[in-house]
Amino acid sequence: MGHLLEISNLKISTPRGKNLVPLLDKVSLNVPKGQCLGIVGESGCGKSITATSLLQQLPYPLRVTEGTTAFDSFQHGKVDLLTLPSKKMRNIRGREIAMIFQEPMTSLDPIFTIQQQMFEALQFHFPRMSHKEMLDKCLSMLVKVNIPRPEQTLSSYPHQLSGGQLQRIMIAIALMNDPRLLIADEPTTALDVTIQMQILDLMNELKESNDAAVLMITHDLGVIAETSQHVAVFYAGHIVEEAPVMELFHHPQHPYTKGLLKSISSLSGDSNLLYAIPGIVPPGGSWDAHCRFAARCEYASEKCLKDVPALTEVASGHLCRCFLHRQEVEA
Amino acid sequence: MSDKKTYVDRRLPTGDSLLKQLWQDPLGRAGFLGILFILLLALFAPIIARYDVAQINSKARLAAPSGTYWFGTDNFGRDIFSRIVYGAQVSLLVGVVSVSIAAGIGYLFGLAAGFFEGKVESTIMMLMDIIFAFPSILLALLIVAVLGTSIVNTMIAIGIVNIPVFARTVRASVKAVKGTDYIANARSVGLKNSVILFRHITPNSLAPFTVQATLALSSAILTEATMSFLGLGIQPPNPSWGSMLSEARTYMEMAPWMVVFPALFIIFTILSFNILGDALRDALDPKLKL
Amino acid sequence: MLIPILLGISIAIFLIMQLIPGDVVSGILGIEETPELRAMWEKKLGIDKPLVTQYFNWISGVVRGDFGESFRTGAKVFPEILWRFSISAELAILACIVAWIIAFPLGILSALKRNSFIDRIVRVAALLGVSVPGFAFATLLILFLALVFGYYPPIKYVSLMQNPLKNLEIMILPAIVLGSSMAGSVMRMTRSSMLEVLRQDFIKAVRAKGAPERITIMRHAFRNASIPIVTLVGMQIGILMGGTVVIEQIFSIPGLGQYLLTGIFQRDFPIVQGTVLFMATIYVIINLLVDILYTYIDPRITYS
Repeated sequence: MGHLLEISNLKISTPRGKNLVPLLDKVSLNVPKGQCLGIVGESGCGKSITATSLLQQLPYPLRVTEGTTAFDSFQHGKVDLLTLPSKKMRNIRGREIAMIFQEPMTSLDPIFTIQQQMFEALQFHFPRMSHKEMLDKCLSMLVKVNIPRPEQTLSSYPHQLSGGQLQRIMIAIALMNDPRLLIADEPTTALDVTIQMQILDLMNELKESNDAAVLMITHDLGVIAETSQHVAVFYAGHIVEEAPVMELFHHPQHPYTKGLLKSISSLSGDSNLLYAIPGIVPPGGSWDAHCRFAARCEYASEKCLKDVPALTEVASGHLCRCFLHRQEVEA
Repeated sequence: MSDKKTYVDRRLPTGDSLLKQLWQDPLGRAGFLGILFILLLALFAPIIARYDVAQINSKARLAAPSGTYWFGTDNFGRDIFSRIVYGAQVSLLVGVVSVSIAAGIGYLFGLAAGFFEGKVESTIMMLMDIIFAFPSILLALLIVAVLGTSIVNTMIAIGIVNIPVFARTVRASVKAVKGTDYIANARSVGLKNSVILFRHITPNSLAPFTVQATLALSSAILTEATMSFLGLGIQPPNPSWGSMLSEARTYMEMAPWMVVFPALFIIFTILSFNILGDALRDALDPKLKL
Repeated sequence: MLIPILLGISIAIFLIMQLIPGDVVSGILGIEETPELRAMWEKKLGIDKPLVTQYFNWISGVVRGDFGESFRTGAKVFPEILWRFSISAELAILACIVAWIIAFPLGILSALKRNSFIDRIVRVAALLGVSVPGFAFATLLILFLALVFGYYPPIKYVSLMQNPLKNLEIMILPAIVLGSSMAGSVMRMTRSSMLEVLRQDFIKAVRAKGAPERITIMRHAFRNASIPIVTLVGMQIGILMGGTVVIEQIFSIPGLGQYLLTGIFQRDFPIVQGTVLFMATIYVIINLLVDILYTYIDPRITYS
């Protein structure tokens, strides 16, 4: 079973003073072809940098200190994205792997028109494309993402368009070259609630029609529910739970996941109190050699403060990093 | 963005910790020491200077630096070292007084503009814009042309030129602090305007103000030197590094030391103030650090 | 909108001139002054009339291109201003070229390679550019060239038309001096503006599209970064004007700045008034052009 993308033991650190502080700690993930893998976690848990590291776009001074990847590229065969030479990397970016970001309002260059920026995406990979071919392609993509007046939009500048429209354009640009993998980093967080659903529906549709795989990064479990088939829960730099989506929602194993689900249901639930997991996420550099969630965990035991639990399979396709499951009686 | 509304205590770190922070920054240390050096020269001029600055000694004209005349002599046989040392007095004096004038008036203008807003603000800022639009040298020269050349008029001219910078800085600070929730709360609790003004707004405006003051000092010293160089600043025989440099030009080849020492001291002083100003800016508002 | 500003400036200048103590007439006549001679000169120079009349006479002349005549020499001021302006303008343009050739590449490079060797050099150079006054640099430079190479900059001015090479030789040193002081602040601004832009999301997005780095930097980053740089350059025109006064004096270049200085020293009102008014007008026009340039670079700004 060949995955489209396999990530093994990815570790990303940043220098702080004389030391290297880990921000992402030995993360392993697989993205199957044509499916959506969701990564969920709070800010600072390392989910975004996982994505940017795949495109060799980590902001200075962060860097990958360990780990390998295997991406099934149709241009270059099976490659390790982390060590790929820059020329080949550029071939892959925007063509085989595309990325969309959180803030559509600032993701486009304000001094160029939409048309110029869409053409760019084509020109980088297909320099011989004629003007007419590019124009046709752009128009058809804009139609695909449900932009009402494509010609007008093409000649507009980013500041003249709304957040929802801009995000659709970003999706259009991303999918224009038929990438096999779309990385979406909090694509709906900056949008109005009403627009969010539209964008997610659009992404699901396009995923189907393009047969693209999606890496959906978000802090919002609702987004995961709408889009993903598998989900990995990140906490303090490593994965604490991984499962098919339904399984995770119905049978969460890790106390953190349970806490997350509890805080969502408390929003719509009957209780008067909004549930929040007490405590805060420990920042990189302060991780001790024991379970990183222990301080906030209501099930914590002595063992939790002594060792780091390993990621173990608790049910078919369901991984969990917790000492609890060994003692668990319920299914 | 949330940090627009949150009250950020921008009071100057207490003198103690500010000095410590500056000391740790190598540039801050350098700037501070540089200024200290010049300050000491100026303060102890009467003791350090070995000869009278106006004493003409035709037998020792254009003498090279030696044990007798540390920096050599000029075309009148005057000891350059002593003139440099007294020149430090002049530069610092003109700098400090003119910047004080500018800061004082600019502060009042900025405070008024930021606090009262409306017509008061637009009138004041328009006046500031007019002054600011003029190249500083030209304006200073014009003012001195009108008032006449004297040390006091030089100070006034440079002072006027630097007012807008302070007015703008203070006004921006006042407006920033005014907009915070903290002040809105203070108001809602019923504190009087003047109390709010002095107890909360003023201390918080002090940080950028200090940075500007340091940079204004360097600019003032530069302007004074330029004016003196052109002959429209400090008049001979009073020593000023600028006029010393100008007089030196005719004798450049025969007595290069006449050129080198004044030039060096001018550059050194301005550089020290600039470095200190930058270090202060970094220390007081690390967000601006690049 | 322009006219009131310029009118205001002209009034201000005129009034300031009136405040100057010291008297042109006594300057001209000296000890030979008698009441009759004085009255004759005052009438001749037109300074016996009331201020308002003097102002109107002056202004109405100005709009017709007549800035009056020098009190000293009687020569018409305006043609002199125009000729000298062309010289100062040449110097200014050369200085800008020098400044930009140094500042832009170094500023961009230092933003791209933070904390590297180049970055440090650039920061030091920028600091020096701001801290070393033009006249000090010029004097030291001349001294250095004289002592080490035995070279002296030419004293007699030769125009571009007469002898381009000689003209260049005359202009190159002052241009370098003026340019280097400007380069300092332009370099700093380029660096900080580039750093600011490179942090933006759309830069990430362009790279994610697969852009070659050169295009990301030059087409996207630099063009966006140039917006505040253009503001700075507009402001620098003012500094340039101030700088030319000193530099022209040092290198004996018959430019507008030197003319102004002469006028101030000699209490020659028409020269000072005319020159300052002219300089102010140029400054206003250039800033206007800068504003128009903005709307060309940044589509978010509309001309109103």
